[in-house]
Amino acid sequence: MPKLLEVRDLRVRFDGEAGPVRVVRGVSFDLERGATLGIVGESGSGKSVTALSVMRLLPKPAGVIESGSVFLEGRDLAALTPAEMSKVRGNRISMIFQEPMTALNPVHTVRRQLAESYELHHPEMNAAQVAEASLQMLKDVGIPDPSKRLDEYPHQLSGGMRQRVMISIALACRPDVLIADEPTTALDVTIQAQILKLIKRLQREHGMAVLFITHDLGVIAEICDEVAVMYAGQVVERATAKELFASPRHPYTSGLLASIPRLDSVRKTLLKTIEGMVPDFSSLPRGCAFSNRCEMAVDACAEPPMLAPAGGERLSRCPRWEDMK
Amino acid sequence: MSAPKPILEVKDLKMHFPVHGGLLFRRIATVHAVDGVSFDVRPGETVGIVGESGCGKSTLGKAILRLYDPTHGQVLFHGRDLAHVHGNDLRVLRRDLGIIFQDPYESLNQTHPVGFILEEPFLIHRIGSPEQRRTWARELLHKVGLPESALDRYPHEFSGGQRQRIGIARAIALKPKLVICDEPVSALDVSIQSQILNLLLTLQKEMGLAYIFIAHDLAVVKHVSDRIAVMYLGKIVEFADADTLHHRPLHPYTQALLASIPEPDPSRSVEDKPVLEGEIPSPRNPPPGCRFHTRCPYAQPRCKTEIPSLIPWADAGEAHRVACHYAGALQPKA
Repeated sequence: MPKLLEVRDLRVRFDGEAGPVRVVRGVSFDLERGATLGIVGESGSGKSVTALSVMRLLPKPAGVIESGSVFLEGRDLAALTPAEMSKVRGNRISMIFQEPMTALNPVHTVRRQLAESYELHHPEMNAAQVAEASLQMLKDVGIPDPSKRLDEYPHQLSGGMRQRVMISIALACRPDVLIADEPTTALDVTIQAQILKLIKRLQREHGMAVLFITHDLGVIAEICDEVAVMYAGQVVERATAKELFASPRHPYTSGLLASIPRLDSVRKTLLKTIEGMVPDFSSLPRGCAFSNRCEMAVDACAEPPMLAPAGGERLSRCPRWEDMK
Repeated sequence: MSAPKPILEVKDLKMHFPVHGGLLFRRIATVHAVDGVSFDVRPGETVGIVGESGCGKSTLGKAILRLYDPTHGQVLFHGRDLAHVHGNDLRVLRRDLGIIFQDPYESLNQTHPVGFILEEPFLIHRIGSPEQRRTWARELLHKVGLPESALDRYPHEFSGGQRQRIGIARAIALKPKLVICDEPVSALDVSIQSQILNLLLTLQKEMGLAYIFIAHDLAVVKHVSDRIAVMYLGKIVEFADADTLHHRPLHPYTQALLASIPEPDPSRSVEDKPVLEGEIPSPRNPPPGCRFHTRCPYAQPRCKTEIPSLIPWADAGEAHRVACHYAGALQPKA
């Protein structure tokens, strides 16, 4: 039986005024039914572009999938016509975004926007069925007073409620895969906890798989089974969440983990840092993209490293992973 | 041992904003952004102010600096009331105050090179000769870890982390006693965030700076602060030294905030976490009584009518203050 979602050697380029920039440079991963894979990285790591490529939602005409495949149950989404793809999008794979205000239509009520997904993907449903299903969706995502909320516009809702509405629309057709791109980054921490809990509960109830994109390792730890760490357009480490946090096997991952201030760290002591900054895509170091910031770099790092087995099921792009404590 | 004399004392500070609307654009409501806040800052220490959106933490910082005119209360600095001085007196007092913003891109004048941006504070206060000012600008760059070549470049040529370094250099140019840091690292990537936090800690040690560190991230605030004020809807609900607040939070909101932080530890699943229900009410129409009672899992009838004051907890004196009728004796709602 084919995997639910398989991304193979995805390469994405943006054509800008200064020439093409390769922002996703050979990303592969797969996602099992019901599992949660987190993709974590800093700005410019290519994590969001990877998600948008899976949905075939790259900004046109600048964003181009140069090569690679995205298989949904063995069917290559990258090869579908736009009409075929729009039958998949919102139906089999849905996406939620950081800022629901940009994803929701400001001139339509919540009811209209929910109905749209049913009309598109389930034309056999009559108006009464659509109304009932919509109400049920709002109840499912924990919106108080759902029958009243159905007739409100996005601007009448708080940030947390908008995020719930967006989730209800994304899940209306019971997708197999939910792609969540920083869905809690703009929310307050107590509201973030509510939304993460909601996503986890809905995932259990609906049995969907979740691809969770975030910059926050704390959020990753709370919600993901497996993690892919991205840097400069590539996956540099892949492991289960437990293994990754217990013993990172790429210097970038361990650097990130050490640089986060924690509640139980000793106050006012200097934090570990990763020196320098994320390199510009136009001037990546030769070989390993992290080598110019890496404390462990050696001459061999001038050769481009492969994402290779690093003990058990784990993968690391660092040839020196065995030297990490 | 008595605590050293504070350099800043905020007393019952209120910042209310009128909301106008309707046909005749009359005043129809008031936003109680900051509503009776009192605390002090001692020389060389960091007071952290933490809270979620709408709690008034940024407004508080701006009201202290007189970027807003406070509605009520006092801000005593060097024995003068910042809330009520004007003109040249205010300018002189501000020499000893600095501010660092979340997005230095917004706060740096983009039409000038970095050299001018760093010399400007000296110019405004008419200090030094042109040669001296240039030398000081070079020293400032060195202090914040930027190369001298930055002098002739413009803010847009720098990354977010570097721009924050420029913002910090400008804030410390006149060797202030107190710097207000308003979400200084929340726009930065994790690996850059720790560089900037380290820089702030190092400068504090070298220059004896006091900070008011305003942020929404309690883990970050706890790392840099000596004492922490937790704000909710315009009021301080708890004030304690940082370790006490972490190990013995007394206010139910502080407890909830601590529990909500996603910690990089996969052994705690979000599903097992206690989660605070409901939403933050609008500061335009704050609930009566304790402002937190609408979300509090321990709220009793009294909490709906009677506003709790921020009072010393048991024998802790001023070291641990909390605004909860039932602090230390919380009973889940029946």
